[in-house]
Amino acid sequence: MTLATDAPVTPAVAAHPDVESRLLIGGGQREDLAAYRAAGGYAAVDDAERLLDEVDEAAVRGRGGAAFPIATKIRTVRGGRGVPVAVANGEEGEPASVKDRWLLRTRPHLVLDGLRLASLMVGADELHVYVSDPASAESVTRALEELRGAGVWDAEVAVTLVEPTYVAGEETAAVQAIDGGPALPTDKPPRPFEAGVKGRPTLVSNVETLANLPLVQRLGATGYRGLGTYASPGTFLLTLSGCAATGLYEVPFGVTLTAVLTWLGEDPAQVDGVLMGGYFSGVLGRQVLDVPLEYDALKALHSGLGCGAVGVLSAGTCPVEVSAAVMAYFARENAGQCGSCFNGTAAMSAVLDALRDSRAEAEDVERLTGWSVRLRGRGACGTLDGATNVAAALLREYPDAVRTHLDGTCATCGAADEQPVPAAPFAVAPPTAA
Amino acid sequence: MKIKLDRTKCDGFGACARWAPETFDLDDWGYVSLTHAGNVAPEHEDGVRRALLDCPVHAITELHTVAEVDATR
Repeated sequence: MTLATDAPVTPAVAAHPDVESRLLIGGGQREDLAAYRAAGGYAAVDDAERLLDEVDEAAVRGRGGAAFPIATKIRTVRGGRGVPVAVANGEEGEPASVKDRWLLRTRPHLVLDGLRLASLMVGADELHVYVSDPASAESVTRALEELRGAGVWDAEVAVTLVEPTYVAGEETAAVQAIDGGPALPTDKPPRPFEAGVKGRPTLVSNVETLANLPLVQRLGATGYRGLGTYASPGTFLLTLSGCAATGLYEVPFGVTLTAVLTWLGEDPAQVDGVLMGGYFSGVLGRQVLDVPLEYDALKALHSGLGCGAVGVLSAGTCPVEVSAAVMAYFARENAGQCGSCFNGTAAMSAVLDALRDSRAEAEDVERLTGWSVRLRGRGACGTLDGATNVAAALLREYPDAVRTHLDGTCATCGAADEQPVPAAPFAVAPPTAA
Repeated sequence: MKIKLDRTKCDGFGACARWAPETFDLDDWGYVSLTHAGNVAPEHEDGVRRALLDCPVHAITELHTVAEVDATR
């Protein structure tokens, strides 16, 4: 098992044996309108209110990382002042995740159908798809052309393509870019549900979240709940990296990482921990192996599923080095807008770099500990929170590694089997749909 | 009184924290965040209004309820 050093890599795509492949389709072929309709897509909606109740009952949560209940969000947007706008957010700035680009490239109609259902439930009369991946934009544009005149759904959907950055996927960055501004986050309030695109209440939903809505329509809440756990029903798209089985997998909520790795032919005994939730939740020790992969169980470990990206740390990978690389990424890729963020990420990065190189003193680690607590919530977007998570997680999960780096006695660093850590650890690129 | 702070505008001048330290919390580099989610206690309102006027980059604004805004129309 090795850390992916030749990033970006092209992942495999497969559904877990317990899953009847709800979100993934095999073959690598892009699903066109005819194929999607043959599978029951774009089904008529008799009662949008009842569908919203079903979505509520199915407990679908946001898959962009925040895990906010989508039904609650729809009701809140709908209750705002003005006619709502709906945005499918496919800007996947997270380096360790490929799911959004895969969905847009391969199953654009599933996402558009989800946007259709969301717009019906929220009462939106203006629809957008927001992406930074040119292949995703092309796939969605093709899908909209397929729909034109087909008598299936006559919607006007605008596609906005921005430069890919870590912060561009934040919902206020999406709103600002759609309104013609830079793809940079803005401070809250207002949040998009209050005043978003053109100042109207705006539903900004991750594309995987939207892709679950047609599933709820087809299966009903009870059927949808046939997989997953009570609190986290259904399946999610897991981007796994850092091992030979690097790939995109659809797994039921509540499955353990041990079960996933065993299914994929990996040896869980070789795993020393993970980088959890993409770059947002920081490292997590070996106890992650037998914890159900679902929101509440990971929250109880002070971690989070985030966007569903998991980077595997092998025994030859130093968690200090990985954390330093992720923090350096934040210091490099933050929006450069909020002083607490550009100063805080740079300062935490300097300490982690020094710790990685065994140049840090105990006082440096004390400062890092303080920042990991005090800087939380001090940025306009989530970047600084992600950075504080990375620092706090390392200090919490790997105290021995921190100590050996202070002592200069880390057994992993410099060892013969040490895995080099690239500038963007666990970065993956989506496969191109044919 | 309720205020909002645009942290993307704040340049760390710190005038706000001098006038209303209970409301404006400085980080290690002099950049500010709001305490109490921008809800200002009556006894701190004067200091906050001075901070609002003194901010060189106009990062602080007073928020009004929908009812207050409607009442002015």
